[in-house]
Amino acid sequence: MEAATARLGRGRRRKREKSYGSEERRLATLLLSPAMVVIALVAAYPIGYAVWLSLTEYSLREPGKWRFAGFDNYTEAFGSTEFWGAVKNTFLFTGLSVSLELVIGLGMALAMHAAFKGRGLLRTVVLVPWAVLTVVSAITWRTLFEPNLGLAPTVLEKIGIGENVVWLGQEGYAMAVMVLADVWKTAPFMALLLLAGLQVIPDDVYDAAKVDGATTWQRFRRITIPLLMPAILVALIFRTLDALRIFDLPFVLTGGTNGTSTLSLIAQQELTTNNLIGYGSALSVLTFVIVMGVSFIYIRTVGGNIKSLAEDT
Amino acid sequence: MEASGGVVTPGTDVRQKEKEREEARALERRGPGRRWIRPLLMWLAVVLICIFCLFPFYWLINVSLKTGSDLSQSDLLPPSPTLDNYDSIFKNGDFTSALRNSVIVTSITTILALIVGSFAAYALARLRFPRKFLLLAVILSISTFPPIAIAAPIFKLWTEIGFYDTYIGLILPYLTFALPLAIYILTSFFKEIPKELEEAALVDGATYFQAFRKVILPLAAPGLVTAGLLTAFFVWNEFLLAQTLTSSPKAFTVPVSVANFTGSQKFEIPLGTISAASVVITIPLVLAVIIFQKRIVAGLTAGAVKG
Repeated sequence: MEAATARLGRGRRRKREKSYGSEERRLATLLLSPAMVVIALVAAYPIGYAVWLSLTEYSLREPGKWRFAGFDNYTEAFGSTEFWGAVKNTFLFTGLSVSLELVIGLGMALAMHAAFKGRGLLRTVVLVPWAVLTVVSAITWRTLFEPNLGLAPTVLEKIGIGENVVWLGQEGYAMAVMVLADVWKTAPFMALLLLAGLQVIPDDVYDAAKVDGATTWQRFRRITIPLLMPAILVALIFRTLDALRIFDLPFVLTGGTNGTSTLSLIAQQELTTNNLIGYGSALSVLTFVIVMGVSFIYIRTVGGNIKSLAEDT
Repeated sequence: MEASGGVVTPGTDVRQKEKEREEARALERRGPGRRWIRPLLMWLAVVLICIFCLFPFYWLINVSLKTGSDLSQSDLLPPSPTLDNYDSIFKNGDFTSALRNSVIVTSITTILALIVGSFAAYALARLRFPRKFLLLAVILSISTFPPIAIAAPIFKLWTEIGFYDTYIGLILPYLTFALPLAIYILTSFFKEIPKELEEAALVDGATYFQAFRKVILPLAAPGLVTAGLLTAFFVWNEFLLAQTLTSSPKAFTVPVSVANFTGSQKFEIPLGTISAASVVITIPLVLAVIIFQKRIVAGLTAGAVKG
């Protein structure tokens, strides 16, 4: 009797699954299509179009003049000091800012994790720089380093750094300000990601290690770091992708002068200031290729997350 | 532990453990002399974090209250605080129209992203169909696109079809970049809603759409708030595309307006007014952070924790 009902139940369920199957698939297509159409029209198609434009010589200043140029734009880019300068600056900026952000972000996350009282308040405080627009962050740091008005040069001079330096007007120093502005705005973001990672490490692990006589440093080195690794990786990749695309900071801080021009900045300037659509597209495509290379690593790292979202429950 | 090697009889092991445990407890009890060090260090760290995070923003407010010769001195408090800079930016028609443009573009994009995004997220979270993993991977990879990559073709297309320097010309690319994040957050929120609730509705004769609207949506409200906030922050903040795709106060958004305050007067930069404008466009975001801290943190960490 019981077995019969169970069989009946199973049969009914299978039948329902089957009849829902085609309905479900149709509904899925319907629900997903608006998003996919937007993404296809405004992301996928333009990327393809950008590749095509990058193979042409086309300037808005001479609308009639258009020719297929093959790889000329790329050859020009690879032969220009402007391009290699931007590559160098972009990677220097990314390396410096992301590693500083990791160290400071980790420090902040550990302090926030240890502070039981006021953790909510600290989280809000830490979100303030994140909420500040990148353009505004650039303006803030600009006013901090402005000669006369700025407080930073005076303070730094007292501890022997950068005597008689116009910070934003000198190569190296301008990059330092740009890195600082980025670290200020995004180290807190890093801290929040790492704090979330710290919170999922069970306390028993630490208690056990304490019982076994592990020192604070040993516990940090042998427990915190390995268990935090997935969160660190995701945070690093997020930040690296962002830093490689940096545009707002150099635009406002220096306009790309004094060794701060980045890939996105020179590509945008070729497009809008010089109206060179073909050459500008080539620079954009090169930026895209570099960023997508890193993004590929990202998708592989968070692949587990995507899989768990894609799983049917 | 494992490195101890050799033959360990159970008895000594237990005794050894007991002794170690005792020592650990003793370590924690160690005299009142050192007990204050940890909390002190902790509070020092907390104070440092607060200064690091808040001081630059305080500085910006400080500069925004300075005018004239005060702007060539690095005082921590404005010697003669004045609201003149604020007065002048609100009399500046370009700035107020940029504020209006940003509010319009941000709200339309956010609403569209939530509607389109929750449709897609419902399908991804609940319905069964092939190649779901691939689809999610494609959607997510869009969020890593550098905006500059689509700037040139969109710039050219928009000039040809008349979208250049218009709201719609900004909303479309913003929607594209906001959707992946919205879909990701909403999918993970939808997945956490027990499937049984919806199945009960389906068994009772509700259609999928009714189940979605009456069961899922109300329960997913926190997820919608999170996704909406992050979308709005992104749009309000976006600069590269806005700078590339607009050319007049008709469509300038706030970052463009403020950044070009700087650019236009190369030799005498009106730092006081720029700072005031910067404060004005940042205040709504800071308020949102104070009110919605929990929701924002939930959204930011949604992708990072599960590892």
